[in-house]
Amino acid sequence: MSRIQSCFEQCKASGRTALIPFVTAGDPDRSVTVPVMHSMVDAGADIIELGVPFSDPMADGPTIQRSSERALEENTSIHHVLEMVATFRRENETTPVVLMGYLNPIENMGVEQFATAAEAAGVDGVLTVDMPPEEGAEFEQICETHGLDPIYLLAPTSTAKRIGMITSSARGFIYYVSVKGVTGSQAPDLSEVENKVDSIRQQTDLPVGVGFGIRDAASAAAIGAVADAVVVGSVLVSKMEALGETPDRIPAAIGGILSEMRSALDKV
Amino acid sequence: MSNRWTDQPDSKGHFGVYGGIFASETLMAPLEELSEAYTRYMKDEDFLRELDEDLQHYVGRPSPLYHAQRWSDHLGGAQIWLKREDLNHTGAHKVNNTIGQALLAQRMGKSRIIAETGAGQHGVATATVAARLGLECVVYMGEVDVERQKLNVYRMKLLGAKVVPVSSGSKTLKDALNEAMRDWVTNVDDTFYIIGTVAGPHPYPMLVRDFQTIIGREAREQIQQQAGKLPDALVACVGGGSNAIGLFHPFLVDEQIKIYGVEAAGLGLDTDKHAATLNAGKPGVLHGNRTYIIEDENGQIIETHSISAGLDYPGVGPEHSWLKDRGRAEYVAIDDQEALQGFHDLTRIEGILPALESSHALAYITKLAPTMSKDQIIIVNLSGRGDKDIHTVADIEGVEV
Repeated sequence: MSRIQSCFEQCKASGRTALIPFVTAGDPDRSVTVPVMHSMVDAGADIIELGVPFSDPMADGPTIQRSSERALEENTSIHHVLEMVATFRRENETTPVVLMGYLNPIENMGVEQFATAAEAAGVDGVLTVDMPPEEGAEFEQICETHGLDPIYLLAPTSTAKRIGMITSSARGFIYYVSVKGVTGSQAPDLSEVENKVDSIRQQTDLPVGVGFGIRDAASAAAIGAVADAVVVGSVLVSKMEALGETPDRIPAAIGGILSEMRSALDKV
Repeated sequence: MSNRWTDQPDSKGHFGVYGGIFASETLMAPLEELSEAYTRYMKDEDFLRELDEDLQHYVGRPSPLYHAQRWSDHLGGAQIWLKREDLNHTGAHKVNNTIGQALLAQRMGKSRIIAETGAGQHGVATATVAARLGLECVVYMGEVDVERQKLNVYRMKLLGAKVVPVSSGSKTLKDALNEAMRDWVTNVDDTFYIIGTVAGPHPYPMLVRDFQTIIGREAREQIQQQAGKLPDALVACVGGGSNAIGLFHPFLVDEQIKIYGVEAAGLGLDTDKHAATLNAGKPGVLHGNRTYIIEDENGQIIETHSISAGLDYPGVGPEHSWLKDRGRAEYVAIDDQEALQGFHDLTRIEGILPALESSHALAYITKLAPTMSKDQIIIVNLSGRGDKDIHTVADIEGVEV
């Protein structure tokens, strides 16, 4: 059983909504990322999404774009990101790690080489924002050989037909993007999210995580009531940007935001 | 019978291994909606009639095919014919496509138009058709380009468009395209994204090409009428490659005709300051399609350089990547200095002021024509006029205008 699958099974058994934080690897510098990962787990994160920086992050809003730029200024490459995961794994063997990014840096490395290295580093899932399943057959096959779950997005614009196609390609969990827009968007309409999550569940037994527009404990709890997991990114990345001059304060500050979300989720 | 050169792309937008749809999930349904609308209206007689009338009476088509006799004599080789896209309304080939896409937007009930622009020609062409159809228009333009193309920025504003300077990344065309995509994904219900070149996710490379092939279809008829035969070679500049594919496509079947795409070598191919994607790049994925791109050793897109903002792009249309790999077209490069010389040559010898983009194609002609005989014919796409570049040229040459 994959780490992602057993994580969701444990959550389900204990009635827990999974909390999935996102940070960009290498932001604001490469030494911060692994301590932040550990502090997120300590604060109640169930799965970690680690952003692989890319020069042209088309699907991201200004907050995550800038984090990508900062990470690239530090020359953070996909090789560095894999090293960070390997370092994290030395102390944590259970928390799943999903890499989130764009296809080109992976293709540049070579999909097979990437998957081999990712497996060795202890990566559990890969979400390539700009690769829909239509283009993903070979990628999925290579991922499967190396025990990596291909994670796919669904959106408010996804038709029932696409939901069917994507849920049959996806492994691990489904990431439902709750609003039309880029990361860091405004809060989604809760009843619309609920309806869409219901229609996704009609077509798959995979857990459904919901992200985009979750900014604080209250919005996390509200989304948590209708989803198996909440994904939170821009609000953490904003905090890291604000503390850019004092990076040693970042792990505790990120842990603080997540602890509040964790307790709010646990009250639902 | 379909021909192997003209039956691309497949139903998923692939030109061989290139093209396709590499977009976030939110855009997949809108892209499919666009494909369906496009397929439907390209068979719709009313739509085609309106497009045709607009091209004739609003754009001023057909554009002339002009025999540059004095320049041909001067170079002492092949006869050079200029396809005068510079004479179109708004001064470049870009309007052929914006007219088509804006009519499509109107048919699809979209009230808001967005576009990205590099040199500003596509932005102006988009703002122009938006004004005429009474559609709201927002144009994204890199901060660097806003600075070097002030005249076009003001033209767009006069036309009622909102110009949004983009300050992320390298602050040029690629970043404007990212920003336009972000706008589209956010406002997808009422917004139509008019992409200006033959790149982006399917169906854009096909759709933009089809609207631009009016260039090649006219040229094919004109040259046979005016010179009594088909040309021996075609030359056009390639940034994203829309003017080039527009000229090339209707001639792909004539395999005896040599085809040259001219990229921007900037300060030289041996420096890191160029935009010659097909000459110096390698296949990757950028802006929704698989194609040649310029990237670093870690797959990050590199900032490009060209004297001409319209060629300053680290990708290229996927069909060009396919034509390169199949050997049907040859892609060469011309540097900033050579392009400037081409600009001056045509201005002095023929009294035609070309855009710096087109000047790259002209500069290649000065190399190619002398190697050919006097009874041979080259058609070069004069894709735009050079008024917009006067300040750039004057600055470089230390002249105050």
